Amino acid sequence: MIPLEHYLILGAILFALAVVGIFLNRKNLVILLMAIELLLLAVNTNFVAFSHFLGDLSGQVFVFFILTVAAAESAIGLAILVVLFRNRASIDVEDLGSLKG
Amino acid sequence: MEFKQFVFYVFGGLLVFAAAMVITLRNPVKSALFLVLAFFSAAGVWLLLAAEFLAIALVLVYVGAVMVLFLFVVMMLDINLARMRAGFGEYLPLGGLVAVLLVLEMALILSSGRFDAAVMPEPEPPPAGYSNTRALGRLIYTVYAYPFELAAVILLLSIIAAIALTMRKRKDTKYLDPAKQIAVRREDRVRVIKMPAEKKS
Repeated sequence: MIPLEHYLILGAILFALAVVGIFLNRKNLVILLMAIELLLLAVNTNFVAFSHFLGDLSGQVFVFFILTVAAAESAIGLAILVVLFRNRASIDVEDLGSLKG
Repeated sequence: MEFKQFVFYVFGGLLVFAAAMVITLRNPVKSALFLVLAFFSAAGVWLLLAAEFLAIALVLVYVGAVMVLFLFVVMMLDINLARMRAGFGEYLPLGGLVAVLLVLEMALILSSGRFDAAVMPEPEPPPAGYSNTRALGRLIYTVYAYPFELAAVILLLSIIAAIALTMRKRKDTKYLDPAKQIAVRREDRVRVIKMPAEKKS
């Protein structure tokens, strides 16, 4: 059998990798969105692990809601990305600085 | 080594490998494909944790819909890779430090022994005929009914937002409005002019 610790360590490694990804690819908006997806995946893994080991299904319901919000977030994020690319012909985060109200 | 352990380490290793590839690869298309592998491996890990419904939802919703959307957008955009890559490792020391600190903190908490097998043993396998989907559905439609409806509203909101953001009217299109077309009367198109017949000289 696999103890809870191993799942939590897996989640922590995944979370840390995603944080490094945000630091590394701070220019590329697409990879930033992917790193956010990885962060949420790590959090979800922790939720599912605790839900299993505590015998409480509420954790899985919460993961369900996180999946919903993450899907909505990536859809809107990609829509903003497409609009940005149409106007600026680049998806560099630095080009977002020229945004004026 | 037990078979379950073997499966866990294979899927966990694949998950970490795929995540590392996602953040380091140069080409966003390859990153997206490795993210698909990461989600698939995570679904395998979740299956080991007896979250069958969420595992299949992850595969269907994420691999099937969200990642296809990602791939579609990445392939549609013409990204200047050289410019994206400039200053790639600039913040790597800081990011690496933060990541190492995160893992160390987690390891510190986990080594306190509150989460090891003696304190939190693996629960008994559920009785025959137990359905994770049914149990989850029962919970969602009773205790979490209002949050569930809220989730539906969020999805509707994201549909509307995505369409409203990306829809545009082209200026150079030769589109005709059919309603205006069929509402045309004879007087708008044909003009009858009365004029005397010209004399032949």
